[in-house]
Amino acid sequence: MIPSEFEYHKATSIQDAIAQLGAHEDSKLLAGGHSLLPMMKLRFAEPPHLIDINGIEELRGIRLEGDTICIGAMTTENELIESEILQQHCPLLVEAARLVADPQVRNRGTIGGDVAHGDPGNDHPAVMLALDATLVLHGPDGERQQSANGFFLGTYWNDLQEQEILVELRVPVIKKGVGHGYSKLKRKTGDYAVAGSPVVIELDGDVCRDIRIALTNVAPMAIRAEAAENILRGKVIDDALIEQAAAEVLAVCDPAEDLRGDVLYKSHMGAEMARRSIRAALQQARG
Amino acid sequence: MAKQHVSFNLNGKQVDALVEPRELLVHTIRETLSLTGTHIGCESSHCGACTVDLDGKSVKSCTVLSMQADGSELKTVEGLADAEGLHAVQQAFIQEHGLQCGFCTPGMLIRAYRFLQENPNPTEEEIRWGMSGNLCRCTGYQNIVKAVQTAAQTLQQA
Amino acid sequence: MEQTAEVQDREDSLKGVGCSRKRKEDARFVQGTGRYTDDFKFPGMLFADMVRSPYAHARIKSINKEKALALPGVHAVLTADDLKPLNLHWMPTLAGDVQAVLADEKVHFQYQEVAVVIADDRYIAADAIELVEVEYEELEVLVDAHRAMDSDAPVLREDLVGKMDGAHSKRVHDNHIFNWQAGDKEATDRVFEQAEVTVKQDMYYPRVHPCPMETCGCVASFDKINEHLTVHITSQAPHVVRTVVSMLSGIPESKIRIISPDIGGGFGNKVGIYPGYVVSIVASIVLGVPVKWVEDRMENISTTAFARDYHMTGEIAADKEGRIKALRVNVLADHGAFDACADPSKFPAGLMHICTGSYDVPVAHLNVDGVYTNKAPGGVAYRCSFRVTEAVYVIERTMDVLAQKLGIDKAELRRRNFVKVEQFPYKTCLGWELDSGDYHTALEKVLNAVDYDALRKEQQEKRAQGELMGIGLCTFTEIVGAGPSRNCDILGVGMFDSAEIRVHPTGSVMARMGTITQGQGHQTTYAQIIASELGISSDEISIEEGDTDTAPYGLGTYGSRSTPVGGAATAVAARKIRAKAQKIAAHLLEVSENDLEWEVDRFKVKGVPGQEKTMKEVAWAAYNNVPEGMEPGLEAVDYYDPPNFTYPFGIYLCVLDIDKRTGETTVRRFYALDDCGTRINPMIIEGQIHGGLTEGFAVAMGQEMPFDEQGNLLGNTLMDYFVPTFVETPHWETDYTVTPSPHHPLGAKGVAESPHVGSIPCFTSAIVDAFAHLDVTHMDMPHSAWRVWQKVHELGLDTPA
Repeated sequence: MIPSEFEYHKATSIQDAIAQLGAHEDSKLLAGGHSLLPMMKLRFAEPPHLIDINGIEELRGIRLEGDTICIGAMTTENELIESEILQQHCPLLVEAARLVADPQVRNRGTIGGDVAHGDPGNDHPAVMLALDATLVLHGPDGERQQSANGFFLGTYWNDLQEQEILVELRVPVIKKGVGHGYSKLKRKTGDYAVAGSPVVIELDGDVCRDIRIALTNVAPMAIRAEAAENILRGKVIDDALIEQAAAEVLAVCDPAEDLRGDVLYKSHMGAEMARRSIRAALQQARG
Repeated sequence: MAKQHVSFNLNGKQVDALVEPRELLVHTIRETLSLTGTHIGCESSHCGACTVDLDGKSVKSCTVLSMQADGSELKTVEGLADAEGLHAVQQAFIQEHGLQCGFCTPGMLIRAYRFLQENPNPTEEEIRWGMSGNLCRCTGYQNIVKAVQTAAQTLQQA
Repeated sequence: MEQTAEVQDREDSLKGVGCSRKRKEDARFVQGTGRYTDDFKFPGMLFADMVRSPYAHARIKSINKEKALALPGVHAVLTADDLKPLNLHWMPTLAGDVQAVLADEKVHFQYQEVAVVIADDRYIAADAIELVEVEYEELEVLVDAHRAMDSDAPVLREDLVGKMDGAHSKRVHDNHIFNWQAGDKEATDRVFEQAEVTVKQDMYYPRVHPCPMETCGCVASFDKINEHLTVHITSQAPHVVRTVVSMLSGIPESKIRIISPDIGGGFGNKVGIYPGYVVSIVASIVLGVPVKWVEDRMENISTTAFARDYHMTGEIAADKEGRIKALRVNVLADHGAFDACADPSKFPAGLMHICTGSYDVPVAHLNVDGVYTNKAPGGVAYRCSFRVTEAVYVIERTMDVLAQKLGIDKAELRRRNFVKVEQFPYKTCLGWELDSGDYHTALEKVLNAVDYDALRKEQQEKRAQGELMGIGLCTFTEIVGAGPSRNCDILGVGMFDSAEIRVHPTGSVMARMGTITQGQGHQTTYAQIIASELGISSDEISIEEGDTDTAPYGLGTYGSRSTPVGGAATAVAARKIRAKAQKIAAHLLEVSENDLEWEVDRFKVKGVPGQEKTMKEVAWAAYNNVPEGMEPGLEAVDYYDPPNFTYPFGIYLCVLDIDKRTGETTVRRFYALDDCGTRINPMIIEGQIHGGLTEGFAVAMGQEMPFDEQGNLLGNTLMDYFVPTFVETPHWETDYTVTPSPHHPLGAKGVAESPHVGSIPCFTSAIVDAFAHLDVTHMDMPHSAWRVWQKVHELGLDTPA
């Protein structure tokens, strides 16, 4: 349980980090390290260079810009939980962060690391999908913005380009008529989800104007259950519709069997988590 | 790989060490600095036996590089007691029989020390959640919960 | 009255038996100054790390060490071929088999030790093991124990081919280890043929691992000049280790010092002798410097000492009122690749024949077949006394099945079958003598405490609403304190234990035992025993264990044997001292020793107030004024060979609710009544029970070591191997009755394992009970949410309302 040798580089700024990524072949960014270092200890990953971005202040912090909350990629899980801005304007992120790993890991683990790492068990990718977040990426050619929708391409595979760094995550503030729901099933504290589902609903009176149902760890990457959303969008949601939607969630699940469950169980749990989150979001949206 | 110099404040004292870039903080503390109270239980950041206080936050030192601790303020179980005696959490663990084999105890104590600063007056459920990054195989946790409650009372009265 | 209060004060000040004395161990543990094996560091010390097999069954075609040896800081790379000249490439196991120290031509399980690297530090060693090139030829893998004795099963142990006289019985197949039976087969079969009612239940007790917080390790230090070997080691049995090391190495025991320092939990994991220990010792002898080996968590779970892995069938024959007429138990025991079970030599299935439980069973038969598979060796007593956990599981499960078949409440069925209080001591039909018990009283106490009838009524209502609520019951009898040397030995050494007590001139005490604490608090509780026996405050009594140079020989701590055996030795040794002290007191008071009576901490002349000598006064006199002809000094040694095991018992009741949508279980209530006889330290007893219940919860609800068809172990990290946190662990309620053991000097029976042994079938009982109205009679562990949901789904209970 000892990592292979590597060279350690401390990046002082985003620009510096991008430059170092370019200067060192096969280098890896070190964020919270609680996914990367365990993989390195098992020698599943043996990067020759680590670029530590923990010292970059501009990657930290949460601020409100109009109707958008801007979250620095190196903001830790516990900073998300403690953020008054998030508690007030985006409780979904607070709720999700509370169920990530354990208290010590939440002091190190960052939202950006979680989103960029690519493990389908990570929680924030689905949250970003549900929130319709925008990811701010910096690379040698400058900044680009990318919707979370479309960013996650597969296991350990996303739209992050060579030498690019995830700098910020932007999510909309919760408004009147919008509700959040979050459900996650895990075997124990510290485990990844058997299945998780963040849901965001926008109501127009009693009618569902829009809904985003996202899923964690029931597919090679975080996904949206669009067929389920389509069943509910534009309707007055009742139990019968929720069941129809849950059936669509079940159908879209494509989990890998492991010790958390087989395909059948995990798929059903994906549906059950979505069911619970839809109900919770609906209740919150109704105020 | 050439060793590099790091220095940090450990339990109130400035210390220096030469470390490989890949060296894990728990090894530097235990091997180079010879403070063996911090234990290694799983090496995969699950058990919490290696918990230390890094710049006022509980972290698992098996999953932090020593290089990352450069310039930091560190506290381990050895730094809990002061000239006036044991810290309230240490006393409470003895009082409530919150330990048996003692292997998880340093990590539990250093976590409880920080947790009670984050939440000075916790409910039982909050204690269970707040301490959930530390595993114990002997006590079944019940007396540790009691010990944290007792320590909270002592600290509140102080 | 005043005098009584004064006597009481003196007694209280001793902090003796029965007092919840705070632990002496804690001061060092809370300050981080405990000394565990990995904390020891010696000048010039090197570090050992293992090259392990990625395959479960393969032939080793070649091993190339060159690249590893070329790495700066690497001192040696050893393989079986290097150990062969020393005849140390194989070693004997505690179960009469042999085990490869380093794989000899073939690997038999995944993660088996293939080579060891000795390097300057653990970082270099970790790099070097990656550089050792091993070429394998994969062989057919045997994972399923049920297939082991098929005619076309691959032969695992080529070293045993043709050797059909096993250590315990004839072998009937190359993969067969032993057949072992107890009881009267013919008589049992006859009863079954004629019985009014019979039930039969198959059950699998999964392979699990004790997983203490500290993994196994050692530091071997060979002093070439004095030819003296010192080993700091995570061992629950240091004296046995010394004997084994001497037998293996040829070094006389007088030149071997084994030290078990502070141990971070054992639970059976630290009973065995592991290849890591042997190669460290060899390396230290060869290189002449100290060598440390400490396994990581994955190595721990994968290789050092699994437990259980019993495929069991329980059958009961009864009359229509549920009175048991006969019991039949069949077991297929998966022992892995080498039979390294840690059991008394004569018992290849441990004490499995305690499987008649707490019941008056007229006749029984037990049949056990042990087989080899491509899995790690072990078969240790994980917080239990040699397979008593399996025995209790099979009888308690089968009792529940019988209750269900007859439509008799499971508490009532037990009432009808319990051994009655007037039947003790009770000889079981499989040969044990239960020393004491009062099961009926204990059961009623528990049923009243939880209001059992109200719970059953609530369950009826819940079932009517389609909800799943389960009530589990387990009424177990343990067998601990191994054991009488007439039937218990380890490698031929009788399973006695020992205590040596020295009273110093000023009346303080140093005592040493052959046991070794791993969290049980021996430094606290042994002192309490001596305090009560000698009238010296426990605060003035120091207890030492674990150093074979100073402690008397003992068999160690496992199987809840410290209190029943070591505690008895302590009491008897103290009584020897008190007997001598009485003679000295009589001499000082110039009376006959028969004129003296003992009162708390002093001898008093009967009927003459004020004529008395305290133990402290006697201690001083023992060094300067003894009766003529008496040797000076005040010390005693006792090697205690117990006349019988002790039989603690308990009544456990569990109430739980199941979430039909996810399969998650919430333990709403767990009530544990334990009777461990005389209680030495109630605080420590309760702590042990909390811990044992939590380990039982872990086993029942989540622990397993699953293998795929290639013999790959799928879950060997603390992510997958279920060790519950603060959040998952239920709240425990404890209670007790006291039925002293008639043969133990203090009446004490031992307690640490009861909560593990008793809680596991109780959880299964509760889980199954939640489905009992749907004709479910058994569900195998672990009762994880996934598995429980599978039952829910199979029964169609998860369709939305």
